[in-house]
Amino acid sequence: MTEPRKTSLFDVHKNHGGKIIDFSGWSLPVEYDGISAEHEAVRTAAGLFDVSHMGEVEVSGKNAFEFVQYLVTNDISVLEDNQIIYTFMCYPHGGIVDDLLVYRFNKDHYYLVINASNVDKDYQWMLENAKEFEVELKNVSDEVSEMALQGPKAEEILQKLTGTNLSEIKFFYCKRDVNVAGANCMISRTGYTGEDGFEIYLNHRDAVKVWDAIIEAGKEYGIKPAGLGARDTLRFEATLPLYGNEINEDITPLEAGFGMFVKLNKDNFIGKEALAKQKEEGLKRKIVGFEMIDKGIPRHGYPVVADGKEIGFVTTGYLSPTLNKYIGLALVETAYTELGTQLEIQVRKRLMKANVISKRFLQKNYKK
Amino acid sequence: MSNLLFSTDHEWVKVEGNVAYIGITDYAQKQLGEIVYVELPEVDDAFEKGDSFGVIESVKAASDAYIPVTGKIVEINEELVDSPQLVNEDAFGNWIVKVEMSDLSELEELMNSQQYEAYCEE
Repeated sequence: MTEPRKTSLFDVHKNHGGKIIDFSGWSLPVEYDGISAEHEAVRTAAGLFDVSHMGEVEVSGKNAFEFVQYLVTNDISVLEDNQIIYTFMCYPHGGIVDDLLVYRFNKDHYYLVINASNVDKDYQWMLENAKEFEVELKNVSDEVSEMALQGPKAEEILQKLTGTNLSEIKFFYCKRDVNVAGANCMISRTGYTGEDGFEIYLNHRDAVKVWDAIIEAGKEYGIKPAGLGARDTLRFEATLPLYGNEINEDITPLEAGFGMFVKLNKDNFIGKEALAKQKEEGLKRKIVGFEMIDKGIPRHGYPVVADGKEIGFVTTGYLSPTLNKYIGLALVETAYTELGTQLEIQVRKRLMKANVISKRFLQKNYKK
Repeated sequence: MSNLLFSTDHEWVKVEGNVAYIGITDYAQKQLGEIVYVELPEVDDAFEKGDSFGVIESVKAASDAYIPVTGKIVEINEELVDSPQLVNEDAFGNWIVKVEMSDLSELEELMNSQQYEAYCEE
């Protein structure tokens, strides 16, 4: 095994008392004070995450638009300059290579933000599929630090550190060359928590300076540094998928319940045929939300049982910190997806009762 | 803590005659983080040394708790069902199960507090 990599903020995490784990080959904090406190801070005030492990690929050239449009399932023709779209990259069979954000800088220049665990695979996939296009691909993952400031106070906090009027950066838009605490950054109004907030991209050499400035500026609002643990509980409550849980190479975006990010009416893209066919034939399985009736915590991978047979598995589950309920998401046979359907979750040796509920566990708090 | 014995799985044992009180150590609760659920065995369940006798769940994960001595459960700490966080608050003050031991010689394989401290620092 190779030694996990450190982000530019590694020492800062140690100084904040971060409990460091190896996540996808990166040494990152899973928590500082405790997942619940960090989770709560993001829902009520603000939290700051180091997400430098995320991957970034720049796509530029004469065919940049055509290439990205062919690569992803969503329709990037709707984007203006500096606008962002959430999308999937699929294999020809419809399974998911990764989920990603596409930033359009201009028609010939895009910035793709991908999952840390998939960087090498994704970049390889992009290169293979770029052969017919006049484009230049550049994996800049190693050159970029990234942090996410999330929560209802995010804008007020960040505004203290920049002359740029942040209220002008709308939801899913970005601005480049923003001066934050003396550092040159790209800021986007995006995140992975269901709250308002920003993702900030910058050079490694400025990461500690900007992190410290944000923590200092946020003190009066109750900001907390937040780790991967809270990042996962927050994204789960907001029903945002995690690659490896709700989505993977064997699950299509339609099964995962994200058909709105698959535009079957656009020109050819990878996976279109398989996804169109799946839509026409009807889904055999879908992701549902559920709440435990019996007391037990549903975890990723636990079998879901109904009518005495296994009908699926839990993709993510928690004792939800915000709702204080035992809830989860599961990929199950379509016959068992109606609201109110009774399921059983196999928690270790016991079968525990659960009910299908809406996946909208809580109202997202985006500033649109 | 000086009257306790310790296992390599970070359980503590307090011996009273042939009965052992078993809990997890402070080091273990810190590693786990906030405990939100404790799954207890039933009274009269019998376990071999090293078996999983229960599950301790933090926000993010479920971890087995391994019994350091062979025996039969004679009492469970029911308070932990509704207040699992007690283990975080005072790991040594909140036993999880009481076990009637069937082989007292197993105690010799456990560590004393100095040995355990050194073990945690490794």
